[in-house]
Amino acid sequence: MSTLIVPPHVPSVAEDSEQLHKAFEGWGTNEHLIISILAHRNAGQRRAIRHAYAETYGKDLLKDLDKELSSDFERLVLLWTLDPPERDAVLTDEATKKWTKSNQVLVEIACTRPSKGLILVREAYHSRFKRSLEEDVAYHTTGDFRKLLLPLVSSYRYEGDEVNLRLAKSEAKILHEKIKGKHYSDDDVIRIVATRSKAQVNATLNEYKNEFGSDIIKDLEHDDDNEFLPILKATFECLVYPENYFEKVLREAINKRGTDEGALTRIVATRAEVDLKIIKDLYHKRNSVPLHRAIVKDTHGDYEKMLVALIGEDDA
Amino acid sequence: MAAADEFGVLTKAFTGLGVDEKSLISILGKWHPEHKQSFRKTTRDIFIEDERQFERWDDRHVQKLQQEFLRFKDAVVLWTMHPWERDARLLWEAVYKGPKYGILVEIACTRSSEELLGARRAYHSLFEHSIEEDIAFHIHSFEKKLLVGLVSAYRYEGPKYGEEVAKSEAKILKNVIKDGAKKLHEEEEIVRILTTRSKLHLKAVFKHYKETSGNYLDEDLGDHLILKQTVQCLCKPETYFTEVLDVSLKGIGHDFAKEALTRVIVTRADVDLKLIKEEYHHLSGFTLSHKIEEIANGNFKDFLLTLIARGDQEN
Repeated sequence: MSTLIVPPHVPSVAEDSEQLHKAFEGWGTNEHLIISILAHRNAGQRRAIRHAYAETYGKDLLKDLDKELSSDFERLVLLWTLDPPERDAVLTDEATKKWTKSNQVLVEIACTRPSKGLILVREAYHSRFKRSLEEDVAYHTTGDFRKLLLPLVSSYRYEGDEVNLRLAKSEAKILHEKIKGKHYSDDDVIRIVATRSKAQVNATLNEYKNEFGSDIIKDLEHDDDNEFLPILKATFECLVYPENYFEKVLREAINKRGTDEGALTRIVATRAEVDLKIIKDLYHKRNSVPLHRAIVKDTHGDYEKMLVALIGEDDA
Repeated sequence: MAAADEFGVLTKAFTGLGVDEKSLISILGKWHPEHKQSFRKTTRDIFIEDERQFERWDDRHVQKLQQEFLRFKDAVVLWTMHPWERDARLLWEAVYKGPKYGILVEIACTRSSEELLGARRAYHSLFEHSIEEDIAFHIHSFEKKLLVGLVSAYRYEGPKYGEEVAKSEAKILKNVIKDGAKKLHEEEEIVRILTTRSKLHLKAVFKHYKETSGNYLDEDLGDHLILKQTVQCLCKPETYFTEVLDVSLKGIGHDFAKEALTRVIVTRADVDLKLIKEEYHHLSGFTLSHKIEEIANGNFKDFLLTLIARGDQEN
């Protein structure tokens, strides 16, 4: 469920483009105008505005935004304005080039996007970076991480609801055995998590619970020293409980001392048009405070205003 | 035509690739029972003396003949089918009626990125699984990682590549091969480079490899057929297809060799058959059409020759 609020009567693309151009005129920038327009347009509308802006002024709207804005606010506006596949391509590029073992962005994007969505990301990545996502991931990651991340970003999962219960039972058994033996990056574990359809993985985890009495996610929490485990855990969460995963990332980003703006920006920008409403409700339930209140407490200025607008809580 | 000649023509009509329907009609169609019996008694390759005093058609030959009658139909079906469905079905057969690693490599590496994606999409529709999950599940050998990687690739197809990176990767390959590991296809760097780099990048790697080691990369990988085929399919598919044709046309009578003839001609007719023809001629001294005239029969032969001639029209 999207949190994006688009007014019932939207100005023409030409008008929006003109207003944005005005927002850059003279000293400083009219951030309020930028937020009031961009934070209330969907992906198709934003794309049309970018196109009109380029035709009218001969410049790239994103480049002008880059020039005029700064820091967290700028990053949020830039990420938000991009087309979703392009946005994901930019995020995966950053995650790859600055890869660390604790970085979960590649898992997040590879596993929460629908199959076709991931293909579009890979296509956008070709256009923008003149290489394939998988060749960069393979080159910049190592060991067990590469073993998991490469097939994850290369997957083109079947998206039907059909489930093979017999297979789910046998693969639940395999997972249980490997996890008990701490063989977290075993070939079969990777195979199951990187190639099976989401419905099949879901069925497998249900069988796991039925047969062994525990949640696989809980079983993956026992080894604090293992660096690979959090990534494997995130993989299952993203495949089967994405909204829970996103709520958790938001909660940790806000609770962190100083706030993790990177994560906050990323989740809000990438989920506003998808399922941020569900995540919002979950957040409220889990933390007894509405998301927008937590954001207002933790951030300030135009960055705060843009976030609040995207989660559908500004009264604009 | 003298009886002995007719027997010869009929035998040829029944053996070889495809079936000579015209001869069957013109000869068999006019034979009386004595002629047919005479044919059966003298053609020991096809008919055996049964203990109950009749000439029994050798079972294996009947099965082969049924295949030969179907060969034209199979070729027509393969040609008419949407390439995505065609490739998806070929992939499925390669996994479940094999495993035939060569075909998996062939399809994953000689199709364009969009064509491979289309095949994966068609595979979803036809078989309700992804190709990668089926390969990963059913193939247990060491080649699994390479094959899953090849089939999952969505390679960049633009003009840019890193010359320096290509040079360094040629060096990596040189060192790995020199170390003489037994299971080269499990070597991580070889798999990484072959399953993720763009074809243009790999051609550059191939070139640098030759310049620095004096050898061709595919030849140096010769002990590991699957790696050799992978490199050929990615860098010079005409060479790969020419070798497949050569084997199948030498009448090495395995069914998969005969199926390969159909598959190569049908799948490459509108792609690079002209190049393949030239290379085949260079390799064997014969033209492809000449060879097919020699060993194929009937409608099957005509169909293949027609497809081969298509390439010539684009002169």
